[in-house]
Amino acid sequence: MIKLVGVEKTLGGQPVLCGVDLTIPAGKLTTIIGRSGGGKSVLLKHMIGLLQPDRGQVWVDGIEISRLRGKALNEVRKRFAMLFQGAALFDSLTVFENVAFPLREKLRLADAEVVRRVEGMLEQVGLSGMGHKFPAELSGGMKKRAGLARALVMEPEIILFDEPTTGLDPLMAKTIHDLIVATHRTFHFTAIMVSHEIPEIFSISDWVAMLKDGKIAAMAPSAEFQRTTDPAIREFIAIGA
Amino acid sequence: MLTRSVARIGRTTLFLIAEMGRMLLFMLATFAWLARPPLRPFQILKQLHFIGFKSTFVVVLTAAFTGMVLGLQIYYTLRKFGSEGVLGSVVALSMIRELGPVLAALMVTARAGSAMTAEIGIMRITEQIDALDTMAINPLQYLIAPKFVAGLIAVPLLVAVFDVVGIYGGYVVGVSLLGANAGSYWSSIESAVEWKDVYGGIVKSISFGLIVSWVCCYKGYFTRMSAEGLGTATTEAVVLSSVVILVWDYFLTSVLL
Repeated sequence: MIKLVGVEKTLGGQPVLCGVDLTIPAGKLTTIIGRSGGGKSVLLKHMIGLLQPDRGQVWVDGIEISRLRGKALNEVRKRFAMLFQGAALFDSLTVFENVAFPLREKLRLADAEVVRRVEGMLEQVGLSGMGHKFPAELSGGMKKRAGLARALVMEPEIILFDEPTTGLDPLMAKTIHDLIVATHRTFHFTAIMVSHEIPEIFSISDWVAMLKDGKIAAMAPSAEFQRTTDPAIREFIAIGA
Repeated sequence: MLTRSVARIGRTTLFLIAEMGRMLLFMLATFAWLARPPLRPFQILKQLHFIGFKSTFVVVLTAAFTGMVLGLQIYYTLRKFGSEGVLGSVVALSMIRELGPVLAALMVTARAGSAMTAEIGIMRITEQIDALDTMAINPLQYLIAPKFVAGLIAVPLLVAVFDVVGIYGGYVVGVSLLGANAGSYWSSIESAVEWKDVYGGIVKSISFGLIVSWVCCYKGYFTRMSAEGLGTATTEAVVLSSVVILVWDYFLTSVLL
């Protein structure tokens, strides 16, 4: 379980998070919605220790990670994976090498085992036969799928998705969503997704939270969230839909 | 007006001091990570190829013409005093003690240093460095440390190439074209060049190698998150590396002489 308590963050003199209190349920798919530039990605980066809060605490299964550094932080990070907005594939490596990268670096598996796992994962995300291509040769959707394969290959307990469908056409966005849901069902990881895809996210998420003015304005199970009476949230959902 | 100017000078001074502190911490952290396993020989070889081997052509070209112009200038100066016989020693000492380390380091900065900044900067902007962090792989250890090692090895080797080619360049012009005595050229080098001169050149080239990798990696690692920011970082890396090399050269020369 991930828990944020009173997290505050100012970036470039601008307050971005102003006391975020949020509890992410384990094993569920939780989506965080909110306005562009509202601090959703910043919030996500706090959960994996890429950013440290100015005030407040970030707990991951009873460990307060916001003051951890070096080896201790890396130990916590081993339980995470993250799919970045632009997929963040290493452009000097092929798709196969990108997916194999964490296996080779962290697990030091035999080559045959690496090949077996990577090819299995590429097949799962629909990229069979694409392993030899470099990221520059891939479309946006293929990059996201390759990023998803790299995130999944270590079988992490927690995966953070930072706007996984941004810049994709509706069909490809649906494919990525279906892939996230399918892999979530298969691997049972805790998923935290930042997204603007309303209303699609309501059908795939277990929980939905809204970040507004640097705070969590509401959090509820997906179906309940849609029935909210809060006018600001209703307006956001209506415009998004 | 005066208060505002003083405040601006104060702000700039504080910023520069803080920046120097950050740069120092960056270097120390990289060396600390370098000492920890796993060693990454493949990454180091890759960087050696990029910084060292791929810079060879431009270094040879620069060295040849530097040696040739040195031979030309010094030959005509020495002829005024009837001392053409020491042409070789003057060319060799200039090359080994000063021009070789400085010019080779400046060429490496221009060719490989700027590319290092751009590469690391793009990795920062496209979140590839964050991706390494999320995989519990330290970017300083994986990305920066191999570049430091490669800089420390490649630049002294390139300086050695520069010295040899430069001395031959001086020979081609001074002896083959202008008619100085070939035997005097080589024997004056043999009698004038001491171990102390070579040692000074080695010390300079190692420290210049470190400066190029250090400054260029730092500027790329902390680039601002925009195309303009990356351009600025690359320019700053080249300018700062070059200036630090020249300033550090003066201090080292005054200590080593």
